[in-house]
Amino acid sequence: MLQNKSFVRKTKQGKVIKVVREHYLRDDIYCGAPFCNVCDVSAARLSSNSSTILIVDTNVVLHQIDLLENPAIEDVVVLSIVLEEVKNKNIAVYNRLRALCSNPLRRFFVFSNEYHKDTFVKMETGESPNDRNDRAIRVASQWYQNHLGSIVRVLLITNDRENKRKATKEGISAETVESYVKSLGQPSLLDLIVQPPSEDVAMEDVEDLRPAKRKVIYPEHKPMSEITAGLHRGIYHQGKLRVNRFNPFEAYVGSESIGDEIIICGRTNMNRAFDGDVVAVELLPREQWQEEKSLVIADEDDEEEDGVHLLPNSADDAPRVTNLVQGSADDKNAMPARLSGRVVGIIKRNWHSYCGSLEPMCLPAGGGGVVHALFVSKDRRIPKIRIQTRQLGNLLDKRIIVSVDSWDCLSRYPSGHYVRTIGEIGRICVIYAVFSVDPPGCKDIDDALHCTTLPNGNFEVGVHIADVTNFVHPGTPLDDEAAQRGTSVYLVDRRIDMLPKPLTEDICSLRADVERLAFSVIWEMTSEAEIISTRYTKTIIKSYAALSYVEAQARMDDSRLMDHLTRDLRNMNALAKVMRQRRIDRGAITLASAEVKFEIDTETHDPLDIGMYQIREANQMVEEFMLAANVSVAEKILKHFPLCSLLRRHPSPTKEMLEPLLRTAAAVGLFLDVTSSKALADSLDRAVGDDPYFNKLIRILATRCMTQAVYFCSGDLSPAEFSHYGLAAPLYTHFTSPIRRYADVIVHRLLAASLGITKLPDIFQNRPQLTSTADNLNYRHRNAQMASRASVELHTLVYFRKMPTDAEARIVKLRSNGFIVFVPKFGIEGPVYLTPGADKTGEWFVDEQQQKLKKIDGSVSYSVLQTVKVHINVTEPQPNREKLQLTII
Amino acid sequence: MEYVSPEGLRLDGRRPTEMRQLRAEVGVVAKADGSASFEMGNTKVIAAVYGPREVQNKGQQMNDQALVRCEYSMANFSTGDRMRKPKGDRRSTEISLVIRQTMEACILTHLMPRSQIDIFVQVLQADGGTRSACINAATLALADAGIPMRDLVTSCSSGYLNSTPLLDLNYIEDSAGGPDVTVGILPKLDKVTLLQMDAKLPIDIFENVMQLAIEGCKAVANYIREILLENTKQLEFRRGV
Ligand SMILES: [Zn+2]
Repeated sequence: MLQNKSFVRKTKQGKVIKVVREHYLRDDIYCGAPFCNVCDVSAARLSSNSSTILIVDTNVVLHQIDLLENPAIEDVVVLSIVLEEVKNKNIAVYNRLRALCSNPLRRFFVFSNEYHKDTFVKMETGESPNDRNDRAIRVASQWYQNHLGSIVRVLLITNDRENKRKATKEGISAETVESYVKSLGQPSLLDLIVQPPSEDVAMEDVEDLRPAKRKVIYPEHKPMSEITAGLHRGIYHQGKLRVNRFNPFEAYVGSESIGDEIIICGRTNMNRAFDGDVVAVELLPREQWQEEKSLVIADEDDEEEDGVHLLPNSADDAPRVTNLVQGSADDKNAMPARLSGRVVGIIKRNWHSYCGSLEPMCLPAGGGGVVHALFVSKDRRIPKIRIQTRQLGNLLDKRIIVSVDSWDCLSRYPSGHYVRTIGEIGRICVIYAVFSVDPPGCKDIDDALHCTTLPNGNFEVGVHIADVTNFVHPGTPLDDEAAQRGTSVYLVDRRIDMLPKPLTEDICSLRADVERLAFSVIWEMTSEAEIISTRYTKTIIKSYAALSYVEAQARMDDSRLMDHLTRDLRNMNALAKVMRQRRIDRGAITLASAEVKFEIDTETHDPLDIGMYQIREANQMVEEFMLAANVSVAEKILKHFPLCSLLRRHPSPTKEMLEPLLRTAAAVGLFLDVTSSKALADSLDRAVGDDPYFNKLIRILATRCMTQAVYFCSGDLSPAEFSHYGLAAPLYTHFTSPIRRYADVIVHRLLAASLGITKLPDIFQNRPQLTSTADNLNYRHRNAQMASRASVELHTLVYFRKMPTDAEARIVKLRSNGFIVFVPKFGIEGPVYLTPGADKTGEWFVDEQQQKLKKIDGSVSYSVLQTVKVHINVTEPQPNREKLQLTII
Repeated sequence: MEYVSPEGLRLDGRRPTEMRQLRAEVGVVAKADGSASFEMGNTKVIAAVYGPREVQNKGQQMNDQALVRCEYSMANFSTGDRMRKPKGDRRSTEISLVIRQTMEACILTHLMPRSQIDIFVQVLQADGGTRSACINAATLALADAGIPMRDLVTSCSSGYLNSTPLLDLNYIEDSAGGPDVTVGILPKLDKVTLLQMDAKLPIDIFENVMQLAIEGCKAVANYIREILLENTKQLEFRRGV
């Protein structure tokens, strides 16, 4: 097993410690060509009919990775020395290259030249590591040429002039990226090539850059040494640049050395910095602080077309004075001083790829030639990017991805290159100013909202739902398992997910500040919440605030806040109130349940406190829009698929079911009209007793009489049976929680199919299967509810074991030997026995008529809904069978 | 950190189940009764055996078996930082004990009552797997001294990094912090006499890792046997047999 010659390589590590490492050279490293008759070909990755094998050098990988990722580039040999160098220089590119090498669809082969006995080279004295590595690449190319040269062309791709010269001298055929790609005869590929910075343009077709216009537009960046010195001496200040979301000509740099935000006004002062760059800033002289603002406005006129308004900034932007009037001379003194500065250098770039489209322009008469086009990012904080393309006609109506390469001080815009097309414009649109409101600590964020005012005074309101079906495809094991589970289960101290955690908490979850795919329902609404139009579309959103209900409520209530987010929240809340009122007028019943919440000790997981879940306006606001989205989607899918839509119905309760409620109500002198849901809703509204809890109690009792809402397949029932009693809606479905409910996943697929985005999966043709899926969902849903309730009961038990308590309770049901009470404070319900044990013969009897429990001798009586005081503690009648015991005091 | 590349090569160019190059020499210390040097890659140790001889401290003398003593040390120049190491630190004491117990298990001590055997091992160059190298060197030295043994004890280590069982960890792999299983076996009797691991591993993975180390031990045993055979032939030649 040991056939290798060993020798010693010396490297320095950290201190001046000499590290000696063994380096084994092997003769069992193969060339990766399936047609090779010398090597073992079992692990061969190159194609069997390739005409050219490419060997790329490190810089080609580092700069042209977008090109390499294009399927037109195949049969590439990646040397291990190249991998190593790329890894040290740019880990992101390294990961992309590794992905290419492991992708079975691509023909990229890793040749471990560093371990091959014939291709390893030792560093010569006086040789720099770079030169040694270049030589290693040439030696490996030479080896390939000798090894396979008779069958196939071996081509070294390098843009390094010196390396290319040496290679040619050694008899290796070598070409630059440009000349190789040109020889392929696919002009569109040339767009992917990163151009060298414009000073030393070596390419012939860039000449037409209007030399007359090449004047210096931006100040030079200071060299790094000067910046470091300046930072040290406190002349410059370092910080991350953040561009105002609503005004791309204004940015802030949070400086630690000053302890304040420095404002950078105008593109000239921003000096080619991008949002997120770490920059060095120099403060402007104090007298220029005011002037700058008027300059900004002048500056933007000649650049930006669609009227950049200096909108008040959102709450997450820097705190600052908002009344940005165009400074007239006299209010100069009134303005509090704001630190203004300009960027003198960029310490760390935050460049990545951006999504957007090309600025509309006319096709040149000749067509096909190289055209300079301006790319406009969907993110307004990013400046326009100049790219070169040979396929303008193709790209003009596409949504494309563009990478930034450089930005010299002679050009107004940064230069970049086209990476790929992601789709037609219009099918996917990117929506900003989206936010989400959820319970605190919520990680599986299904839904987000946006609300903007349209010029005509109407509102555009969007409900954005995580696009789970983009990741969970029908028929995959992932989908099967989710369908089996049917729902996530929420227990007091944990959550059992329907989908794997990465999907649940990250990939699908509409978290703040990251782009996420969504399926959106967008309405145009009047201020009276009348829906004028409804649009369904797949979108990309970037939520800029993930609020909790409490935070959202606090914002709406705080009259001092006037920012965007708060304004949107208030507008939405106003709309939601109108919608809610309309729903109630229609006869929707406000049901009530006794949801409780626990405060859990983080270490022992024991409940510390227990209380009723508080419903705020913000909860109701979100709920209202979710209901509206569900209704809109139900209408849409039923219209397209009348026989195989998955809907949710809530059957009307029968008279018999409501009987106990009526009897209880009558006992306290309350008449409930149950002829329709509207009548019931009205009588519930009128049921206001002396004590504030009375109404809620009646509602809880009413809720208990109702049937459960269920999923069903629209082909199985007649349209009259579709209605949802509780919501007083003729149609209803679940669309808004696909991360945690499988029904919503099905509805997403139906909606996508109705829009022609995807084909309807086969299962929808099979009605019995669809029905059984719906049944399974109902079953799972009920189980999940029971599990949550059991979890609550368990935690209640643990809580009262530690601290037995006295509390007020209401009698909800009478029995011959006691009664059932409900303790509102803790949301618990349980029996109170008046006679010990199972002795039913005792001295108590129930007066059905009056709904009273009386003692035979008439000395004591209890009536339904009466308030009693109970003692709550935990007993253990049988070993390990603890239970809650309620006793009257 | 990537200890095994997707191409299946380790940092030093070995494949996961390959051992470093072995080198051994018998009779390197002329004064000793038996001696050997043993190299596993860049790990180099030397062992010298004295005995069986009279017990120095009569109090320790045993009437039914021989006394086996072992002293392990590391040369100051054996690691890169060339630090002066105090003698008899915890680690050396522990390794001395491990080597003594392992060797004692294979020496036929009952054939040499009231005598003493001293084994000295010193690490000249450390690059991972010193424990195993010491045991292998000691075995050779004992054989060279002509001390009767049940079998040749051999040792090898293995580890588990990047979800791959690796044979014979070198220093870089050893300091990755993964599990490090050192195994000693009696190859002919097919018995394990030493098993050490200072980490946690799921049992099914552990069995694979240990099996790999056992394969390594067997390879070492074959090599040691060859060396001894060669050595014997030379002795025969010198004596003109
Ligand atoms: Zn070959």
